[in-house]
Amino acid sequence: MAPAAYINFEQYLRQDYRGLQWCPGCGDGAILQAFLRAVHELGISQDDMAVVSGIGCSGRISGYIDFNTMHTTHGRAISFATGIKLASPDKHVVVFGGDGDQTAIGGNHFIHACRRNINLTICVINNNVYGMTGGQYSPTTPHGMKTQTMPYGNYDQQFDVVNLAIGAGATYVARESVWKPVALTKFFKKGIQHNGVSVIEVVSNCHINLGRRNKMKSPHAVLDWIKGRTVSLAKAKNMSEEELEGKILVGEFVEKDKPEFTEQYYKLVESLKK
Amino acid sequence: MSRQRVYNGNELVSLAAMDAGCRFYAGYPITPSSEIMEVMSKEMPKVGGAFIQMEDEIASIGAAIGAAWTGVKSMTASSGPGISLKAEHIGFACITETPLVIVNIMRGGPSTGFPTATSQSDLMQARWGTHGDHPVIALVPGTATEMYYETIRAFNLAELYRTPVIILGDEMLGHLNTMLDLPDPSTLELVERKLAEPKPGEKYRPFAMDQGDVPPMGAFFRGYRFHLTGLNSNEYGYPTIDPDMIQAQQERMMNKIANHADEMEKNDTFNLDDADILTVAVGSTGSAAKQASKDMKADGSGRLGVFRPLTLWPFPEKELDALIGSGKFKGLFVPEANLGQLVIEVERINRGRLPIQTLQKVNGFPVTPGDIVERIKEVF
Repeated sequence: MAPAAYINFEQYLRQDYRGLQWCPGCGDGAILQAFLRAVHELGISQDDMAVVSGIGCSGRISGYIDFNTMHTTHGRAISFATGIKLASPDKHVVVFGGDGDQTAIGGNHFIHACRRNINLTICVINNNVYGMTGGQYSPTTPHGMKTQTMPYGNYDQQFDVVNLAIGAGATYVARESVWKPVALTKFFKKGIQHNGVSVIEVVSNCHINLGRRNKMKSPHAVLDWIKGRTVSLAKAKNMSEEELEGKILVGEFVEKDKPEFTEQYYKLVESLKK
Repeated sequence: MSRQRVYNGNELVSLAAMDAGCRFYAGYPITPSSEIMEVMSKEMPKVGGAFIQMEDEIASIGAAIGAAWTGVKSMTASSGPGISLKAEHIGFACITETPLVIVNIMRGGPSTGFPTATSQSDLMQARWGTHGDHPVIALVPGTATEMYYETIRAFNLAELYRTPVIILGDEMLGHLNTMLDLPDPSTLELVERKLAEPKPGEKYRPFAMDQGDVPPMGAFFRGYRFHLTGLNSNEYGYPTIDPDMIQAQQERMMNKIANHADEMEKNDTFNLDDADILTVAVGSTGSAAKQASKDMKADGSGRLGVFRPLTLWPFPEKELDALIGSGKFKGLFVPEANLGQLVIEVERINRGRLPIQTLQKVNGFPVTPGDIVERIKEVF
C-alpha cells in the first residue's frame, strides 16, 4: 500500500490550547490523526463540523482540534450532539468517547442514537478500561484481567460494542484496531458520509492503566496483544468457532439505508407548510 | 385572529414559549408536565423549529443545550424526579453560560412522591439542585395567566443574562383552566441574545472578562470556531488550572446575576397599606393568600397584607427587608405547600425582628384561602 499523503495537521489543531494530556504511547493520538485525515480527504470545512465529546481521556479530543467543539458531561455527549444535529441538519456532527463513557454511563444515549438513526458519526475508543480515573474495569474489560476495581481479575461480563450498536439498529457499523490507521481513515470517511448513524469502534491501548497491571507495560506490548486478538471479517469466515474464541472481529459489519431521523423530521416540517 | 379560549397552565407555558421565539424543545414524558411537551410536538414543526422526545430527562436537557449553541432559543420541561436527573446538565448550562428555559411543574416528593398532586417542595432544589456554586434565576408564577407571561419573561432573562432560567409552576397551575386572550406575539417585548460578531481573524472568547458581566453569546457554524467545556475554563473556553482565572470566572458567573438582581426582581403586593400581618407566599399559595386577604378584609376579621415574589431566585431581599423594617407589621406569615423552604429565606432576611408563623401543607392539595384564614385566626 502506498504511504499516506503528507498532511499539515496544524490547521486542524488548536495551537493556542494548553498542552496535550495523553500519556506517551496512547492510541488516542493515532486515532485522532486517522480522523483528521478523513476530514481532510473529504474536504469538509472545519466550520461545518461540530465535534462533541464526553469525559475521559478520549473526551479530550474536542479541545485539541479546531472545529465547533463541545466537551460535555460523562457519557452524555450524544445527547448534546443530537440537539446540535437536529437544530443544524446540514452540518456534520461527530462524537468521540471511550468505552466507559459511551457503553456504561452513556449506554442509554448510545443505543437510542443507534435506534433513532440520527446522522451522527460516533467513535467509541475502546481501551477496555477507565483510563483517566486510574484504571477501573469497564463494560468491555476482558474476563480475567486485573484492574484497580477487579484486583483479583475481572469476573464480570462484557459488552461487544459492535453487537450493541447492531442490536440497537445502527446503520453503519465498523471496527478496527488502532494498529490499522489507514483502515480507520477509510471507516471514518464512510461514517461521516453515511446518511444515518454510524458507529466506529476503535480497539485501542491503555498500557498505563490496563497494560501494566496485566504484564503489558509498554505500548508495544498492548498493541501486540491487540494485534494478536483481532481478526478481519474476511479471515474469520474460514476459521472455526474454537479458533475465534476470544478474538475481536474487525471490518465493516453493517452498511444499510434506513430513514434518517432529521430528514424525517424536516419532511414533516415541509408537509405542514401549506 | 383572536386567540381567546380556555387554556390550562401547561398549554400556556408552551404557547408562550412559541410566542417568545423558542425554536427547539426536547423533553421526556412525566406527570404533571406532559402537556407542555404534547403542545410543543404539535406546534414546533409548524414553524420550522425542532422538537424531539429524548430517551431520558438528562438527554433532553443535553439536546436543548446543544441546540442553544447553534443560536436558537430552547426549552425543556419536567417535574421533580426529572429535574433531579436534569440537575447534572443544569450545572453544565450554568458553567457554559447557556441561555435555556427549564420548566418544573412541581409535584409531591421526594422520589416518585405524589405525581398527580400539587406541591411547592422544589423551591430550594431550584436554588441548589446542581452541585457547585452556581447562579440561578427562578420564576414562580401564581396564576395560569402568569404561566404565560412569566414564560415570556423567562426567555427574556435567559437571553439577557446568558443563563438557564427555571420556571417553577405546580400541578395545580399546570392543570388549572383559565380563559385568556393571548396577545399578538408581535406586541410582546422580546429580548434576543447579544450575539458575538468577531471580526475576521479575531478569536471569539465565550467567557470574555472585559465585555461586561455577560459576554456575547457565540453560535456554532458561523465561521468562528470555539470550544466549550464543563471544566473550569479561561476566556476562550479552554480548560484551565490557573487559580486566578478560576476564581475570577467563578465570581463573574455568580455576579452577572447578583449584580443585576434588582433588574430581575418582580413582586406582587396586595392590601399592604392597612395590613398588620405580612404574608410572604409564592405561586399558587400566593394567589390563595391574596384571596384570603380579600375575604378577611370583607368580613373585617383581619388585616392581611401579601408580598408575593414572582422572581424567587435571586430572592427580593431588599424589598422584603424594607417591609419588615417598616414597623407596620406585628408579625410575618409564611404559608407554603412544603415543610418549610420559603420560610428559611424569610427568616434569614427577618433576622429575628418579627415573629414568624407558618402554614405548611404537603398532602397533595393546594393551600386554599380557607386554610390561610383558619391558620391566621389560630396563630395571630
